Amino acid sequence: MGSAAERTVLGAGRLVGAALLLAVGCVAAAQDVGGGDPFTSTYRPAPHPPLAIVGASILTGTGAEIATGTVLVRDGKVEAVGADLAVPDGYQRIDGRGKWVTPGIIDAHSHLGVYPSPGTPSHEDGNEAVSPNTAEVWAEHSVWPQDPKFRLARGGGVTSLMVLPGSANLFGGRSATLKNVPAVTAQAMKFPGAPYGLKMACGENPKRVYGGKGRAPMTRMGNVAGYRKAWIDAADYLRRWEKWEKGGKAGDPPKRDLQLETLAGVLKGEILVQNHCYRADEMAVMIDVAREFGFRIRAFHHANEAYKIAPLLAKEDICVATWANSWGAKMESLDGIEENAPMIDAAGGCAIIHSDDGLLIQRLNQEAGIAMTAANHAGMTIARGQAIRWITANPAKAMGVADRVGTLEPGKMGDVVLWSADPFSVYAVAEKVWIDGVLSWDRADPRYQGSSDFVLGQPGQEFAR
Amino acid sequence: MIRPMLGALALMLSSQASAETVAIVDARLMTMAAAGEVERGTVLIRDGRIVAAGAGVAVPTGARVIDGRGGVVTPGFIQADSTLGAVEVSQVPPSADRATHSAGISAGFDISRGLNPDSILLPVSRLAGITHAVTTPLYDDRRGRELQFSGQAAVIDLAQQPDMVTRPRVAMVLEMGEGGAARAGGARGAAIVQLKATLADVRHFARNRAAYDRGGGRPQPLARIDLEALVPVVEGRMPVIVKVDRASDIVEMLTLAREEKLKIILDGAAEGWRVAPQIAAAGVPVIVDPIANLPRSFSELGATEENAARLNAAGVTLILKTGSGVAHRARELRYGAGNAVAWGLPHAAAIAAITINPARIFGVSNRIGSLESGKEADLVLWNGDPLEPLSRPEAVFVKGMQMPLTARPLDLRDRYMPAR
Repeated sequence: MGSAAERTVLGAGRLVGAALLLAVGCVAAAQDVGGGDPFTSTYRPAPHPPLAIVGASILTGTGAEIATGTVLVRDGKVEAVGADLAVPDGYQRIDGRGKWVTPGIIDAHSHLGVYPSPGTPSHEDGNEAVSPNTAEVWAEHSVWPQDPKFRLARGGGVTSLMVLPGSANLFGGRSATLKNVPAVTAQAMKFPGAPYGLKMACGENPKRVYGGKGRAPMTRMGNVAGYRKAWIDAADYLRRWEKWEKGGKAGDPPKRDLQLETLAGVLKGEILVQNHCYRADEMAVMIDVAREFGFRIRAFHHANEAYKIAPLLAKEDICVATWANSWGAKMESLDGIEENAPMIDAAGGCAIIHSDDGLLIQRLNQEAGIAMTAANHAGMTIARGQAIRWITANPAKAMGVADRVGTLEPGKMGDVVLWSADPFSVYAVAEKVWIDGVLSWDRADPRYQGSSDFVLGQPGQEFAR
Repeated sequence: MIRPMLGALALMLSSQASAETVAIVDARLMTMAAAGEVERGTVLIRDGRIVAAGAGVAVPTGARVIDGRGGVVTPGFIQADSTLGAVEVSQVPPSADRATHSAGISAGFDISRGLNPDSILLPVSRLAGITHAVTTPLYDDRRGRELQFSGQAAVIDLAQQPDMVTRPRVAMVLEMGEGGAARAGGARGAAIVQLKATLADVRHFARNRAAYDRGGGRPQPLARIDLEALVPVVEGRMPVIVKVDRASDIVEMLTLAREEKLKIILDGAAEGWRVAPQIAAAGVPVIVDPIANLPRSFSELGATEENAARLNAAGVTLILKTGSGVAHRARELRYGAGNAVAWGLPHAAAIAAITINPARIFGVSNRIGSLESGKEADLVLWNGDPLEPLSRPEAVFVKGMQMPLTARPLDLRDRYMPAR
């Protein structure tokens, strides 16, 4: 599905949009090498009154900080942002004085829904750890929309997230990019038109999981052999399909192969590689593997050692999704430092603070603040306006949705957070969160705290959030 | 204020509790003692001990003066339920001494023996203002949930000196609730009955040591080292850290503690707020992870980040911790405390919950935990609110020694930071 088509659809009226989406879905489901997307997004934002947040400090996500300004949101989109905007008649006025506004927070690495709470074996659907290559699985088929963590993440300002399969396998499967809206089905959370990602994993996890079973890969060289073998098969699959297409689609098409379909989607540039990879040397190897087979890696995830090769990653235009605080659990993460993301940023790269965790996703703003503070303490100069990009514009880029979310620019989705204080302060809480202009979280109003079905009627819910 | 001061400090670091007089002047003091918060005061340190802390303290001639203007002095933070000193790389078992799966030793496991003062985690944690930890055994469940107790915790310091144990064997560690049930075969009722039977065995053993050593008396399922370690528990001299979350499990443990005359400290207590008055009435302290709001299990369905604030409001003595057993993330302690404040815990209560409260509950408040005359110089000068990610420590004293503000991650940073 082309993203340009999606933009047109979302810009049109709701009914027309719905019709077009269905049409696009049908086209996409037609036979081709990528296989299309049979699980079309059914997410449709509700209508909402036009909205003006007035008098807040604004971090736009473009790098700018507006000391006191106004954000206008209309028809699900950011309409205007500026210091001296008049509020048109009929707009719902939100008093932002003394508060802060940012774009909706975006988590580029989450397992919400695939490793839900409560954590029981019945719910653990994140790692298809039966074979080192399970490129055929799709995270969205594991997502449990009733995971109570979606709501808690919303309370932390998270409006979009990429849900990834786990890292047991060399090829873990497709990611699901979601809008963090209360929903009953995964399709109703799917970010319309977002490209798929392919989860890949370097290092200790695959070799531990499969080496422990006495099978390949047992070593890092085994990991790399596993990637290359799979890409050789994918290139062959792609050639067979292209041959059939160039031959006027005469005769029977090649038989579809779900696993190779996803890998071929990467080779065609339609599916974005999301690569769990900690060590600098391994990232450099993965860059060479990608070059050998002619695809691009969109982001290295966790990447505790990215700072050691910051210029290379910037030159290759590969994002780095990492933490400030997480390090040392295993050998490949021993060299993690707080300044990792800022050093990528300073090298001109795409730095991202991600969560990989149901608690951290609720305070990505603080994690970014920790990294920013550490960097400034080390003599770097990272302004708030830049640091906020690590949890807004840059994850949007890694997920392939930067044309629609991640900044407060006219035409972007109306995903906005109103914070009680400087969002990098430990005392800041998300007071209100709008998703596509719809009030989706209000800390002061239980009607806008959409709890999951699971917590309904459970003990403690009378006061628990 | 930050940059010039740091330069000055770097020149004056001492690695021993030196025979010198140091004055931290013009800082806001959070004393955690009778003096309360002092808006602008001085901490006077002589030969590694605090001799005065408050307003109007005269600075003797010849004292080394640290300018604390704009800064805040707190006691050093204490990370409870930590594995600091007992783990280097979590997934490298030979580098970790935090748990045993030997069926021959459970309660007897003494984590204070075999700690590593050279751990690179200690300076990392010091940079977060942590000067002490309650290093606490974990269960090693690789071979199933076999052991009833995980062992005995110790209070340690982070000065990286050979004698890092401030106080050994400060508490026994016991998991109940879901985990305890699993250890007893799958049911809470079995775990509680089994625990009572164990305690009866220990009492019997304590009365009949000689017979036990002769091979007489009644047979005991526990090894001698475990029985011996549990004697102070049944005699009420050693508290038991009880890991438990569900409200009803908490009430069961309060009842059991009363029946068996045990001193207990609740750990986890995700649903503690639901039974806060009962906990307060029993005078039982609680160790809480303030950000733990996930309904991770059926014992934590009522988890909320307001737990700490509500327990405190009910009069429960609070200790705050972060990421149980994840020593690498110890530096999140102050952020966790800050989040508790964001969710309603008074700021001073949050600081108390990571300083004087754990010091008192683990029996080391005669030495650390507050800024008071006679205590060890064990404190941190911050360049702002100590609970804010936006603040950093400017001076850290442990056991009277001013520690360097360095750590391996900073060395890595400096190695790879491009020249400017």
